[in-house]
Amino acid sequence: MSIKEYLTVREIIGPLLLVDDVEGAKYGELVEIEFPDGSVGTGNVLEVSGRKVLVQCFEDTRGLSIGKTRIRFRGRGMELPVSRDILGRVFGGLGDPIDGGPEIIATKRLDVNGNPINPTARDYPSDFIQTGVSAIDGLNPLVRGQKLPIFSGSGLPHSRLAAQIARQSAVLRKEEEFSVVFAAMGITFEEANYFIEEFRKTAAIERSVLFVNLADDPAMERIATPRMALTAAEYLAFDLGMHVLVIMTDMTYYCEALREVSAARKEVPGRRGYPGYLYTDLAMLYERAGRIKGAKGSITQIPILTMPEDDKTHPIPDLTGYITEGQIMLSRELHRRDIYPPIDVLPSLSRLKEKGIGEGRTREDHSNLSNQLFSAYARGKEAKELAVILGESALTEEDKMFASFSDEFEREFIRQGEFENRTMDFTLSVGWDLLRLLPRAELKRVKPEQIQKYMKQVD
Amino acid sequence: MEDSTGQIVKVAGPLVVGAGLPEPRMYDLVRVGSQRLMGEIIELRGDLASIQVYEETGGLGPGDPLFGTGGALSVELGPGLIESVYDGVQRPLDVIRSATGDFIARGVEMPGLDREKGWEFVPVAKVGQEVAAGDVLGTVQETKSVEHRVMVPPGVSGKVAEVMQGSFRVTDVVAVISGAEGDTEVTMMQRWPVRMPRPHNGKRAPRDQLVTGQRVIDTLFPIAKGGTACVPGPFGSGKTVIQHAIAKWANADIILFVGCGERGNEMTEVLLEFPELIDPYSGEPLTKRTVLIANTSNMPVAAREASVYTGITIAEYFRDMGYHVALQADSTSRWAEALREISGRLQEMPGEEGFPAYLGTRLASFYERAGLARCAGTEERTGSVTIVGSVSPPGGDLSEPVTQATLRVVKVFWGLEDRLAFRRHFPAINWLISYSLYLGEIEKRWNEEVAGDFHRLRSEAMSVLQREAELEEIVRLIGVEALSPAERLVMETAKSIREDFLQQNAFDEIDAFSSLRKQYLLLKLVMTFGSEAGKALEAGAGIKEVIGHPMRESIASAKYTPEEDLEELEALIAEVEEAMKLVVEGVVHDHELTESAAGRAREKVKKVFDTY
Repeated sequence: MSIKEYLTVREIIGPLLLVDDVEGAKYGELVEIEFPDGSVGTGNVLEVSGRKVLVQCFEDTRGLSIGKTRIRFRGRGMELPVSRDILGRVFGGLGDPIDGGPEIIATKRLDVNGNPINPTARDYPSDFIQTGVSAIDGLNPLVRGQKLPIFSGSGLPHSRLAAQIARQSAVLRKEEEFSVVFAAMGITFEEANYFIEEFRKTAAIERSVLFVNLADDPAMERIATPRMALTAAEYLAFDLGMHVLVIMTDMTYYCEALREVSAARKEVPGRRGYPGYLYTDLAMLYERAGRIKGAKGSITQIPILTMPEDDKTHPIPDLTGYITEGQIMLSRELHRRDIYPPIDVLPSLSRLKEKGIGEGRTREDHSNLSNQLFSAYARGKEAKELAVILGESALTEEDKMFASFSDEFEREFIRQGEFENRTMDFTLSVGWDLLRLLPRAELKRVKPEQIQKYMKQVD
Repeated sequence: MEDSTGQIVKVAGPLVVGAGLPEPRMYDLVRVGSQRLMGEIIELRGDLASIQVYEETGGLGPGDPLFGTGGALSVELGPGLIESVYDGVQRPLDVIRSATGDFIARGVEMPGLDREKGWEFVPVAKVGQEVAAGDVLGTVQETKSVEHRVMVPPGVSGKVAEVMQGSFRVTDVVAVISGAEGDTEVTMMQRWPVRMPRPHNGKRAPRDQLVTGQRVIDTLFPIAKGGTACVPGPFGSGKTVIQHAIAKWANADIILFVGCGERGNEMTEVLLEFPELIDPYSGEPLTKRTVLIANTSNMPVAAREASVYTGITIAEYFRDMGYHVALQADSTSRWAEALREISGRLQEMPGEEGFPAYLGTRLASFYERAGLARCAGTEERTGSVTIVGSVSPPGGDLSEPVTQATLRVVKVFWGLEDRLAFRRHFPAINWLISYSLYLGEIEKRWNEEVAGDFHRLRSEAMSVLQREAELEEIVRLIGVEALSPAERLVMETAKSIREDFLQQNAFDEIDAFSSLRKQYLLLKLVMTFGSEAGKALEAGAGIKEVIGHPMRESIASAKYTPEEDLEELEALIAEVEEAMKLVVEGVVHDHELTESAAGRAREKVKKVFDTY
């Protein structure tokens, strides 16, 4: 196949190139961009209109010139070469190896945009994943095939938490193949390095595939990075039958890159300048999590995003929350009080919880106990707010009990060590111990038989 | 294969501009590219036609062929709809899966109705009978729950010249009608363009209640058959759980669930769960009365725009048979966003927040297709379409355009609140902001069908809740001691209404559904406690004894009483009355105690005010 080369770049605006007099370009086609200095970058076709083609360049456009830039249309969309050998490798944001290792000899080349899973082919996620973190396992449990983002803020230990989840949920099932796909978008070298080192230390690196786009890498590359990672994940899960955990960090930078393109195209913006199709675009990524009937593997996603100004109504967390099946919310206040992991359990939620827990999966009292802990903690927090306004003496006896319950709950249940891997039984028994602080009559959400059975009796 | 009739000149995401189509008309269906992707014309400028494409457009480019079909986007209506799972343009997803695998490939052409399956057609009309459009020619037992009525298609009338009996495919002729313009062969299948409402003989004001089995909905903010409701709420507040609950338990004949731009796993839940669940009215699995339309958020955006129309057209078709249909659209915000996206690609001048200026009109005309209608045809029958649309306002802010445009047209508003969801109060419908404009009509029916005092109890409960909100302000300012015993009781009664009546566990086998009778008895139980305890207080009983009475635990667990043991609730109501009388007789006065506490609080208020 001969590939035509064009020297007809007419405009360069931000990350966009307008090429004229092109024949036969297709929407979404992969584009090679040869810089005047001979280096080669990639892009894709955003719009074709007659002979005019709008190309989005994934590299920094510094050094491009109108007259000397060569454009080659590759006649196919963006693809990722895959084989079992991708495990243990580190790739750049566009899928080229950056760990000094050899190129991947592909058994398959996959379109990075993927195809939507047919809703009738999906299997409902119901296998509980024990993460060893009480605030997650006990109250907002994660199940295979779920997408559960961590909503964080700058300076909060979301990376440590994500690494802990990856580490601890990985060791649980030795009999099944488990792997981690990690996509870094716009994070710093230090953060990315932290993950890589973490994976090295626990030998998880052999079961991992890493795609790294750092803060100083071209921002446009970030648009492709999660697609690369999810394509690799789909291959591992549905071709090789592995249980894949995908960690994507930081979605905020991804969305900002999208906004940059949208602004350069002069599109009508939606909220806060983000494009109107942000929801659809994010859904195309998040919805690639799941299980398929009859397939052995699964894709579980933990996207991480930092909320600008800790504001969860900001379009990025807001739209994410509408797509994902719950969220783990980190709290600056808990972090300040040195509680790790600083998970604010009240606004956190796991939508698939009811299906993943209970008898035969975790324990029959799990659901009731977690509801009881939730409502007691919520009431305790309310009482404490009241105490701030009126002074502690204004509280009723019961409110005081709830207030001290919520303190203990944060200290004993939520707080745990970064390397502490709690079993389900331990998590639940901590919960039952805490309920002893409350009057029996207030425990309306657990059954009397359960109190009898699980609450340690003290004389 | 027909010849290519046009060419693509521009591709921008889901929008393709083509030229050279012979006589293109607005909303004509066009096949795009050599894969023949489905698309619809949404703008015409001279020779150029803008086409929204219902499939991913990657790989298309200028010069690719376009094929005009000359028709509008239509759905196929006939036996085989029930139990189907369609995408937004009525392609059966289960059939697609067996043809192309677990991931949806492009360019699949699949008829909405199975062409091969045979249906047992039983004639109703007689040869020689005069029939008009909408009259029933015969019936097909589509599932155990649904008798499909094969009707004379719109625009056809005359004498029945021939009518068959036996097993037929949907495309076989089952009757011949000779009218003024000659004979018309009628099959069991009709086609109807989705953007056009199906004809009927006039609408009526909705009056019968659509019982959903959800206490906060049925008792506080009921919806009528043929009514419209919206459920706005931020994420995590339980919109989808409410939509699912209605789909499961509503006393409608047919359920149409449109998953519009929502999560794939939620559709899976419906797909896996509904065959297991038993319809409380017919005793058959819920799927036997359900049609699903699944256009999840990662499926093409233009098909999402079409999905609500596909849904409502199928709903209207069943209405025409004389059925009561409930359509759930989850979520209309995603549909509005699809409009916005397409509008943006057309470079239209945006209205609020980038939404097109015609958002309000589009929403209104969609909701207006709901209603209780006299069905087309010579025989007198009525059918209804009820629409419940969920709205996903960004950041939970109800002032955004989609919520506001929806509130202008719907009659029932169930406002969800994340604050309630955080406290695990489900369904998280805020009782202070929600409303129902059907209440008056429905209350009249309660008098006849449930109990004479139901509506009195309801308004008392509402005023207790209202009063609680006011008292909470005081408590927040100066503490609970500042309240008089009577006010404390109001707070406690309100708490009981919230916890023992309004809270309902959608995942509990018994609690998931409450009949109107049970709702009435539960409410009566809670309110009886309130009024009797009030009397006890007046007679001198102490507040602590009243609100700490052991009877209250029985009240709390009353909602777990199975439907067949409702007389237990009546007995419980009598017991509560009795118990409160006993409290009065055995009172030990602790007036001094409460008095002094209240005194202390009053002093504190004074101090607070003095400092300012």
